[in-house]
Amino acid sequence: MGNEAIARGALEAGVNVASGYPGTPSSEIIESLAIVAKARNLYVEWSTNEKVALEVAAAASFAGLRSLCAMKQNGVNVASDFLLHLASSGTRGGIVLVTCEDPGALSSVNEGDSRYFARMLEIPLLEPANFQEAKDLTRWAFELSEEIRNIVVLRSVTRMSHASGNVICGKLPVKFRKAHFVYDGSIMDPLRGPVISTPVVAKHTLQQEKLKRATAIFENSPFNTYSGPKKPELLLITSSACFLYSREAIGMLELQKRVGILKLCCTWPLPPKLLKKHLNSAGKIMIVEEVLPFLEENVKTLAAGMAGEIGIKKFYGKMDGTLPSVGELNPDIVAAALAKIVKVKYKTLSTAYTKELRKAAALIPARELTFCPGCPHRASFWSIHNAIALDGREGFVCGDIGCYAMGALFPATGYHTTPTLHSMGSGTGLASGFAKLAAFGFDKPILTVCGDSTFYHAVIPALINAQHNRADITFIVLDNSGTAMTGFQPHPGLTVSAMGEAVPSVDIAGICKAIGANVAISDPFDLEGTCKILNSFLADKGSLNVLIMRQICALSPEKKGKKIFDVQVNEALCLGESCGCNRLCTRIFRCPALTWDRSKKKAVVDEVICAGCGVCYSICPQKAIIRTEAKKK
Amino acid sequence: MKVRLSKDPMNVIITGVGGQGNVLASRVLAGMLVNSGYYVTIGETFGMSQRGGSVMSHLRISQKSIRSPQMPQGGADIIIALEPVEALRVLTKYGNPDVAVLSNSRVVYPIGVITGELNYPSLTEIQDILQKTTAKNWLIDATGEAVKLGNPVLSNIIMVGALSATGLLPIDRRSFEKEIARNMTADKRPINLLAFDTGAGLI
Repeated sequence: MGNEAIARGALEAGVNVASGYPGTPSSEIIESLAIVAKARNLYVEWSTNEKVALEVAAAASFAGLRSLCAMKQNGVNVASDFLLHLASSGTRGGIVLVTCEDPGALSSVNEGDSRYFARMLEIPLLEPANFQEAKDLTRWAFELSEEIRNIVVLRSVTRMSHASGNVICGKLPVKFRKAHFVYDGSIMDPLRGPVISTPVVAKHTLQQEKLKRATAIFENSPFNTYSGPKKPELLLITSSACFLYSREAIGMLELQKRVGILKLCCTWPLPPKLLKKHLNSAGKIMIVEEVLPFLEENVKTLAAGMAGEIGIKKFYGKMDGTLPSVGELNPDIVAAALAKIVKVKYKTLSTAYTKELRKAAALIPARELTFCPGCPHRASFWSIHNAIALDGREGFVCGDIGCYAMGALFPATGYHTTPTLHSMGSGTGLASGFAKLAAFGFDKPILTVCGDSTFYHAVIPALINAQHNRADITFIVLDNSGTAMTGFQPHPGLTVSAMGEAVPSVDIAGICKAIGANVAISDPFDLEGTCKILNSFLADKGSLNVLIMRQICALSPEKKGKKIFDVQVNEALCLGESCGCNRLCTRIFRCPALTWDRSKKKAVVDEVICAGCGVCYSICPQKAIIRTEAKKK
Repeated sequence: MKVRLSKDPMNVIITGVGGQGNVLASRVLAGMLVNSGYYVTIGETFGMSQRGGSVMSHLRISQKSIRSPQMPQGGADIIIALEPVEALRVLTKYGNPDVAVLSNSRVVYPIGVITGELNYPSLTEIQDILQKTTAKNWLIDATGEAVKLGNPVLSNIIMVGALSATGLLPIDRRSFEKEIARNMTADKRPINLLAFDTGAGLI
């Protein structure tokens, strides 16, 4: 896997410290390093959030060690305030920030492009274009960082991080570094002085000199490669997974002798001499990249400056609409664009066959995302929905980031509760703001949810804000005992670290109480008890109320595959459509394991899928759903 | 047992519903092929898409090089589906007249079908589409066999076993044994080997 290759590259570089915050598609980097932490003498941690993670990694660098910090694209936004200052103060031991991004938002609620941070904060950017490079480039990034004494960003994407391919491993170092932090030198001494970003203008000058040195190194980097004819009809300039799509597209159209590919791994700052050489070789240039036209802008800026020497070029890319400006690319999108420019046709399927496929497509039902069978969130949102309905004032939930974000997706539940969904912790901040709109005639009760890991990551400041500014909200922690969505990474509420060591847990209830909130704890599988607490909170004006709904994720290793109950539908009791409940079980509750028998017109449990949580037992007005203690296997 | 591939690259898609063991099946299959000396590129998505949604892994098997982790549309040589409607979903995008489809017959209903807003095609309709749009196809009750073995999640390995018996790829029982010896704890190997054999017996 690309992420494993990145981890291996770091190990081959002799990384000492690795930190990060879980986020798809980045999580496996820290996980892989954690597994070998003891054997390779590493310190690995899951930090509270990305900014803290980067600070932890930077401390190691200041002490002369090599460190890596991994996160997903929007994590860079969280870390960016520190990153601005770090880029200016400079670093010592090699430090690499790995950002794994998600074009097309396959596992995100944004498709942020953090390459711009490298340009904005004036630090080098590297992008591997295959799995071997994911390893080799990571290893080299540490050397580059030490060469210029500044942090280096390595950017991957889902189709690199979560794709897999053959990699040949290199040797692991046998010597380990010792930490040594010196700060008795002059303020301008990068290796012996205090590590700070002042005097700002002088340090900024130094930083720009470092970037120039990186540019010079990039000119001759073997990671930037060209393949194709000497004078191509069309030159593709590309990076990252787009290189693989481009190569595939050229192969599909059999254009190897007409079209060349300049694959760049060093994408900021662009090496001007290398670009000049290749821009000179062709009149038509197409830039293939995902999300924003970062590479395109930078190539065009260079080309404009060189126009006197290289002439005027015809550019194709996102800016002229040759390639889509949103979403991820694939070989077909690139091939279609290529075919248009060089005026070739590529083989398509016969119309008769395509017609059969279209007929088939019409019969295929959509498969929307949903909460897993046995998911505590389905039960939690059920109670939230009922409490809001009983309250009768059209209250709503400000959503947050985790699996429970699906509370904002209508098909996942048979009702609407959650009209807002933004970044981690934003639900509580938004709720805090909505609650202050009463003076403007807005008097709906405001609820907000967050997961246990999100609570530590970014919610605490917003919660303090709500309490201090008397924002009357009902704050719900959906505590499922882990960072479930990304694969159960530990967080500060648990008693085990990334490396498997015993650590003290930080109690969510205790923090909320210290802030001054009323705190209650419930089991979301107890629908009646949970709903009762929620309604008492909604009725209570003038205080910050916190309900912690505690139930372990159905997919967690300790729970997975273990049914609490065997669940069945008693056909004699199920009244089907004539019940008057509007099929509460199969239209509103929406568990994939509780299905509808169309011939019998009754609910039926799919025992293969059922996780045995037994919650549906509590929702049937006819008590037609029966649960019995599961037999131990 | 490195033999010449009938086509290079061979494009395989493994599809199913989140939670069915799609990712494990693609890793095991890729592992078997890598051990035999092939380049295998896998492209897959997980995370949000595993929450009850459709999941898909692309495997590109080559003797020459790694490939794009996404294959071209209409470019699948083999489709392995852990759920029948997912076989059709992939077929409509990646199918071609030469494609071979191996699908589990056990249905997992989408939420829209459970609520009654959407229809799920009948097994006859599914078979009819497969007959008209594929060169070869097999519809097997892998989940039913897995339940008999004591755990429905074994259906993914049953599918891998069945795939080996189709002869479409250079894999066999020995390469499976070798792969699980590398990647599975000893206590899990006998039941997985049994699942593999069960699958092979279904073809």
